[in-house]
Amino acid sequence: MPLQGNLRDFSTTQLLNLMNLSGRTGTLTIFEGIPTGEKDAMQNEKMAPGEVKAKVVFKAGKLVHALLNGQASDLVAVLNKAGKLTDQQAAIIRERAKGTTDKALAVRLIGANYVTKADIVNSIQQYTLDVVYNLMSWREGPFRFEDNVLPDNDIIMVPIDLENVIVEGARRTKNDEELLNNIPNLDMALKFPENPKEKFKGIHLSVEEWRVVSFVNPKNTMRQIAKANNMSEMEIRRIVYGLQQAGLVDIVPPLGADGKRVTPAEAQSRSTGSRKRRTQPGPTKDVVTKLIDRIKSL
Amino acid sequence: MQTVKMVITGPFSSGKTEFIKSISEIDVVSTERDIKEDTAEAQEKEQTTVAMDFGRITVDDDLVLYLFGTPGQRRFDFMWEILAEGMLGFIVMVDSAKPETFREAKSILETFRAYAPTPYVVAANKQDHPDAWDPEDLRIALRIEPEVKLLPCVAKERDSVRDVLLELLYTILEEMD
Repeated sequence: MPLQGNLRDFSTTQLLNLMNLSGRTGTLTIFEGIPTGEKDAMQNEKMAPGEVKAKVVFKAGKLVHALLNGQASDLVAVLNKAGKLTDQQAAIIRERAKGTTDKALAVRLIGANYVTKADIVNSIQQYTLDVVYNLMSWREGPFRFEDNVLPDNDIIMVPIDLENVIVEGARRTKNDEELLNNIPNLDMALKFPENPKEKFKGIHLSVEEWRVVSFVNPKNTMRQIAKANNMSEMEIRRIVYGLQQAGLVDIVPPLGADGKRVTPAEAQSRSTGSRKRRTQPGPTKDVVTKLIDRIKSL
Repeated sequence: MQTVKMVITGPFSSGKTEFIKSISEIDVVSTERDIKEDTAEAQEKEQTTVAMDFGRITVDDDLVLYLFGTPGQRRFDFMWEILAEGMLGFIVMVDSAKPETFREAKSILETFRAYAPTPYVVAANKQDHPDAWDPEDLRIALRIEPEVKLLPCVAKERDSVRDVLLELLYTILEEMD
């Protein structure tokens, strides 16, 4: 079944995270939203998909291609935009290479010493990233992801690891509401996922991001990390959001000094010395086993 | 007589009332009210829970399980903490076909986690809907840790509800060890 929704509810950054973690292959299409006059479950205007606005292609969880509707994305346009071909060269090549596929044209351009292979790879990569960073600022629009749908074989696809893209996208997030929605509670702690060394390979983090990473420990709440680094609540949220979306940290309930999990409310009360919760003796294993037997019999 | 309580929570129209109705041995004691015709909610369903739903499963003469369904709308969230008091565990229902409710589902999950360190599972409901997100995609979307059970569910089917309840009970048992 296709994955569909609206960027209003599930942002581009979150979609990239989903593609990355689930190792997806397929095409994400973002549409112009057409109001239907109905409301959705959260009382927002329901939008039907209209004209295609952008397409992003993934292969095995890597970004490989992206284009905006109405913007030339052929190889000549990409190289021209990257400054590897002048306007005049681009016009001549376009005229002479009519009907030639991007792959065939790349071979000819390299052979004629117009550009190098690295020029082509870097230019395509930059073009794809520019499109995706642009998409990250979109706040609205129906989307649909279809598994295993790929563009024509003629297109040159350059794989790009998504982790850095996600971290960079989060750095550019100016929407405080999105950060608050995603990280509502700073009394939660952070922990590294499985194989953190593997995940951090090739990741380019800023000084502030490394400062937060150095405090990652299930015993430290985000509030404590922010305080230790003299960061505002929104600063720590922005950094954690990027790290989390890139799969570099997980948000977990904090551990107490005794190594036992505590609720965020307890963590808050420990730091503020307020609000004690009533604890009650729980049912025994025997009771739970009886419940299991009864439910099984239903 | 010992009573044990489980809470079924989740956003508006995620299937909490249906879940309890499918498994309760009594007619669910419901505090549903008609939704005003001209409201957005009315396009989703005709009635909504305003205080709680209440179902019961009798184990024997000495033990009864109560199922409490929370109201899904935020304006009734003052009821949540009251219902959460003393719960053995809780289930977060998510409508798999409505991504607009995922953020709310995550927020409700975090709220209940903050009430008490009680075991819980997440039920990816409406898996029979053509637009339903796959449970593993939902896990990423809701940022549910790998050790937390996220279970496919169709709340109107008794077997499916039974499986979710059982998984919650197994989780409770594991945490007791």
